[in-house]
Amino acid sequence: MRTTRRSALVATAATAVLALGACSGSDPLDGGSASSDAIVVGSQAYYSNEIIAEIYAQALEAEGFTVERNFSIGQRDAYMPALEDGEVQLFPEYTGNLLQFFDPDATATSPEDVYAALQEALPDGLTVLDQSSATDQDSYNVTESFATENDLTSIADLADLDVPLTLGGPAELEQRPYGPQGLKDVYGVDVSFVATGDTTVQDLVAGTVNVANVFSADPRIQTENLVTLEDPEGLFLASNVVPLVNADLADEIADVINPVSAALTPEGLVALNVQSTEEQRSSADIAADWLAENGLA
Amino acid sequence: MNVFADAVAWIFSPDRLTGALPLPEAIWTHLAFTFVAVLIAAAVAIPAGWAIGHTGRGREIAVALSGAARAVPSFGLVLLLVLVLGVTHKVAASVTAFVLLAIPPILAGAYAGVEAVERRVVDGARSVGMTGRQVLFKAEVPLGLPLLIGGLRSATLQVVATVTLAGYVGNWGLGFYIVQGIQIRDFSQILGAALLIVVLAVVLDALFAILQRVVVPRGVAAGRAPDDAPARRRRRLPDPTTA
Repeated sequence: MRTTRRSALVATAATAVLALGACSGSDPLDGGSASSDAIVVGSQAYYSNEIIAEIYAQALEAEGFTVERNFSIGQRDAYMPALEDGEVQLFPEYTGNLLQFFDPDATATSPEDVYAALQEALPDGLTVLDQSSATDQDSYNVTESFATENDLTSIADLADLDVPLTLGGPAELEQRPYGPQGLKDVYGVDVSFVATGDTTVQDLVAGTVNVANVFSADPRIQTENLVTLEDPEGLFLASNVVPLVNADLADEIADVINPVSAALTPEGLVALNVQSTEEQRSSADIAADWLAENGLA
Repeated sequence: MNVFADAVAWIFSPDRLTGALPLPEAIWTHLAFTFVAVLIAAAVAIPAGWAIGHTGRGREIAVALSGAARAVPSFGLVLLLVLVLGVTHKVAASVTAFVLLAIPPILAGAYAGVEAVERRVVDGARSVGMTGRQVLFKAEVPLGLPLLIGGLRSATLQVVATVTLAGYVGNWGLGFYIVQGIQIRDFSQILGAALLIVVLAVVLDALFAILQRVVVPRGVAAGRAPDDAPARRRRRLPDPTTA
């Protein structure tokens, strides 16, 4: 009796181990059913990025390519290995942030310099197509009333203020080159830093911080009447939307994707985001309308 | 081992005393969140648990409610409460989430402790003329203390680990470094902060283990902490080889 029970236990344990092994062995990024000629388009877990990925996907489909969507993969750490392995072949990216990922000490800040430096920094097997004029980059914002009261138009104006400044943003901003240390080095602005996570804009509006790091294509800059401070010294890296693509595929799809990048403007990107956040439309619908409006599908 | 050496080096680096959240302040706020949440939860759950254990009424509701509360994801709750209460009340929002997490184990410890007191003891107390209140506070509560402290112990452990989430909404606790470390891919920072949380948890658990021993009323074996009870019973069993 005892031995039966023990062998049953061993069998259960072995099954569990095998099941676990099977779990860790299978790759969650592996589409599995992908036919070899399908182009796998990926996106970050960020609504704006997913809309652009959907635009790429539909533009390719309109030209007769077979496309497989692998959206909301997460952040760069999560999806970059899949791109380098060729499991994902096309991905909407942002020049500045992508450059910083591959070269943390990058010094380029203007759109052209960043694009050139990025082409140097990319690993073999990956390349970028033409960059778009649309940007989605970090920017420092203040409320309209705070800007008028203190006559602010540029980050440099912050240096003359007597008011104690509190900068809000995601926790990692504290360590970024454009964070509190960068503000001090480049503009001579002293700020204390508060991690405001996902509620940065709400914190700025509520007044718990008076300077906030918001992505430049965030619709709330318009809806909440925020003022984006100019960055004459180039503290922030330009971060234009750019298609990151598997090098083997680049020539084949360049004629389809480059016109999309050319048609996507900064204002256009904000408008796409508004349709998602304010009107709650799906990225597929937003992308289809946008392609039709721009005569690309 | 190199990873751990880097993490320890991160903990003891002089840079930890500067920045948006110096390390001592992170440890202090981490503990403060933990204690405040457990204290509030205890103030709510202990009287309720004693009442349930003493009267035997409302047990099903308490079990169902505290069981359901365990299923609430704390991360979602913290963010939801921050949005509901507004960003100016982030501390209140986070503490509320941790209180809700701490209530079920304390409630269970309080009523289980009172309920587990032997019927004969309660009858005896009543038969010497104790009032209901005296039975509760002179017999049931002291005898139930080890289980109550056990409830507080597991509540504190859960909360000290979960306070990490406060780092998502502000410059509080050791979770701040983990949230930041993941984004900047600084693994020694993530591990260093995680190790400190482990240390806090182990130290708090050890304190409660001592407390749990101390509060056992003299001469009561039945009320011993559940983890040393089986050992005693086994020792008392007659040895089959000599029988």
